[in-house]
Amino acid sequence: MGFLTFLFTLLLYVSVVIFIGGLGYRIATYAKTPAPLKIPTMPAPLTQGGVRIRMLKEVVLFHSLFRSNKIIWLFGWLFHLGLFVVLFRHLRYATEPVWEIVAVMQPIGVYMGFAMLAGLLGLWARRIFVERIRYITNPSDHLMLGLIVLIAVTGLMMKYVSHTDIVQVKAFALGILYFDWQPLPTDFFFMLHLLLVAALMIVFPFSKLLHAPGVFFSPTRNQVDDSREKRHIAPWAAELDDKRQ
Amino acid sequence: MDHSSPFVAKPDHQEALGFPGELVDNWQEKAIEKMGELLTKYRSLKVFLDSCVKCGACTDKCHYFQGTSDPKNMPVARQDLLRNVYRRYFTLAGKYFPKLVGAQDLTEDVLDDWYKYFHQCSQCRRCSVFCPYGIDTAEISMAAREILDHVGKGQKYCNEIIGKVHKVGNNLGLPEPALVDTLEGLEEDVEEETGHVVRFPVDVQGADVLLITPSADFFAEPHIDGLIGYAKVFHQAGISWTLSSYASEAGNFGMFIGSYEQMQKISWRIRKIAMELGVKRIVVGECGHAWRVAYSFWNTLIGPFDFLDQNYPVPQHICEVTLDLIDKGAIKLDKEANDDKVITYHDSCNVSRGTRMGNMEGGQFIVPRRVIKSAVNHFVEMNPETTFDKTYCCGGGGGLLTDDLLELRVKGALPRMEALKTVIEDQKVTHMAAICAICKSQFSKVMPYYDIPMDSIISVHQLVGDALIMGNNDS
Repeated sequence: MGFLTFLFTLLLYVSVVIFIGGLGYRIATYAKTPAPLKIPTMPAPLTQGGVRIRMLKEVVLFHSLFRSNKIIWLFGWLFHLGLFVVLFRHLRYATEPVWEIVAVMQPIGVYMGFAMLAGLLGLWARRIFVERIRYITNPSDHLMLGLIVLIAVTGLMMKYVSHTDIVQVKAFALGILYFDWQPLPTDFFFMLHLLLVAALMIVFPFSKLLHAPGVFFSPTRNQVDDSREKRHIAPWAAELDDKRQ
Repeated sequence: MDHSSPFVAKPDHQEALGFPGELVDNWQEKAIEKMGELLTKYRSLKVFLDSCVKCGACTDKCHYFQGTSDPKNMPVARQDLLRNVYRRYFTLAGKYFPKLVGAQDLTEDVLDDWYKYFHQCSQCRRCSVFCPYGIDTAEISMAAREILDHVGKGQKYCNEIIGKVHKVGNNLGLPEPALVDTLEGLEEDVEEETGHVVRFPVDVQGADVLLITPSADFFAEPHIDGLIGYAKVFHQAGISWTLSSYASEAGNFGMFIGSYEQMQKISWRIRKIAMELGVKRIVVGECGHAWRVAYSFWNTLIGPFDFLDQNYPVPQHICEVTLDLIDKGAIKLDKEANDDKVITYHDSCNVSRGTRMGNMEGGQFIVPRRVIKSAVNHFVEMNPETTFDKTYCCGGGGGLLTDDLLELRVKGALPRMEALKTVIEDQKVTHMAAICAICKSQFSKVMPYYDIPMDSIISVHQLVGDALIMGNNDS
C-alpha cells in the first residue's frame, strides 16, 4: 500500500469516527437534557401527527425561513436541496450494482452541483454585503462557506475540467467500506475533494453544523400543544413537585 | 440605546427571593457554574446555543431593533452575548480557537452587556416564529436573567414586584382593605350607571368561579373597565364567582426572570386558594403573560387540577367564557352600543405565540376577535405583517414596563404605533382593544409620544360590558 493511500484511508476512517461519534454524543446530550416546560411557538399542532407535519415542513421546505426572508430562503434551500441530491448521487460510488434510482438521478445530480454552488455563493454574498448579517458574522462562518464551496468546486472540476478515473474511485470507495483497501486515485482534484470532505466531517460536531440535528430537538417546533390536558414534568422538576406548598 | 439599562435590584429585593444582595466577589465563577447547570436543565438553551447558523433571518424582526437601530438588539446578536461566553467555556472550538468562532471571556463589560440587552428583550418570541430552527430569544434572555440574579445583579422592577406578590398578594402591593374598598366603589358606580346591582365579590367560599386577574384591573383605566365587563358577564349569565384577596394577581413575574421555582411558587397561591375556597373553575382575566403561564405552565407547575370541574378547560380564559356564553345565547349583546367606535385589535405577544384559546389551532386569534365582533359593528384589522403570530410586542412586556426604561419602551412601540396610525388615518379607527394589562399600561403611556390619544387603548371586556344587555336575572 502506497503512502498516500495509507494516509487517505486512515484519514477517512478517523474523520468518519469523529463525525459519527461526535454527532452521536451531541444527539445523546440533546435527547437526555429535559425540556421542563411546554414552549412550542404557537399556534402549534394539537396532535403528535400534526407535529410531524410541522417538522416535515421545516426540514424539507424551510417553512419558517420562507415566511421570514425570501432571499435567504431561496439561497439556503437551493444549497441544501443541491447538497442532498449531490450526496444521493454519490451513492453510485458506494453501491454495486448501482441502485436504479441512483442511476436515474445521475444527470440531475450534476445540475444540482451548480444549484448548490449558486446557493452557497448567494449566502456568502449576503454575508459580505448585507450590513446586519456582516455584523453577526464570525471568521468561522466564512471558513465554513469557503470549505463547502471548495468541496463543490473540486467536485465539479472533476466532472468538467480534469476527469478522474471513476472506476478507480469506486474501487477505492468500496475498499474503504468493506475494509479491502485499494490504491487511491492520485488526481489532484480528487485528493483535494476528499481532504476537504474529511475536514468537513471532522468540524461538523464542533460547529454550527449542529443545526442539522438541532432542528429536530427544538422544543419550539417539536412540541404538541396539549399543556391543559397533560402535565409535563421533567425529572428535576419532579423533585420540586414533591416539595410544593 | 447603549445607556438604557434598568435599575439594579436593592439587596433586600434580592435577598427576599433567595438571591445574593449584591454582585458577589466570585461572580465570574458563579455565573459560569449557573450557566453549566442551566445547560443540563433546559434543552431549549442547549439546542438554541448550538444551532444558530447566523443566517440573519431574525435580524430585522425585533421591535427594539426596529425602534433603536442598535445592532445588539438584533435577536441573534442578543443571543450571541450569551452564546459567545457559552462557546468560550463549554465548547472545544471556543476553548482553543476563540477568535475564530467569536468566543468571549466573561468580563465585566460582557456582564454589563448582558444586564443591558437582556433587559431590552421583552421575551415576546417574535424572532422564534421566523427562525428556521425555532430559536427563541426569550429562552436565552430568561436564562441570562436567572444567571444575573444568581450572581447578585437582578433587576429592581421584577424582583421588587415578586416580593410584593409574596407579601401582599399582588404586583401593585394593593392590600386587602384597599381592594375591598375599590370593589365596593365599583359596585356603586355600576349601579349608578346601569341601574343594576352587579356584585364584585371577594373571598366568597363556595363560589363556582375563581377569577384570577391582573391587579391593574383594580387600579386604573382602561383596565378597570375590563373588570366591570367581566363582572357584568358573570352577573348576566348567573355565574357565581369570586376574586381572592390572597391571590389577587394573575401576573407571574417569575417567568420574566426565568425562575422555575419562583414561577411555581407564585402559581401555587392560586391552587391553594382555589382549594380553600372550594371553587369549581378557575378563570383568568385579560393578562397576556399571565395567560401564558396559566395556559402553558400551570398544569405542569401546580397541577393536576382534578379537584375542579372537568367539564371546563382548566384554566379558562375570560374570552373563552364570554364567547361560550354568547354562543349559547346565555348573554346578549347590543352592538349598537359601541357604534361610536371603530375598533382594531392588538394581538398580545404572549397570548399569540405562547398560548391557545378554544379547541382549535389558532384559537387565540379567533376567540377574542369573535368576542369583539359580537360587541361592535365596526371592526378593522391592522397590517397582517403585524398581527396574529407575527404580532409585535407593545414594547413593555417581559419585565420592561418600568419608567427607568421609558425611552426604550417608546422606541419599542414603534412598529405597533405605525400600524395603528395607518388604520387610524385610512379607516378612521378610534380605539385599539387588547387583552393584556401590560399592553394596556404601556400603550396608555407611549401613545401620546406618537400623537395618539392615551385613551385609544381599551379592554376587550369594556366593549363587551358596554354592549351587554342587562336585566331579567337581577338579584
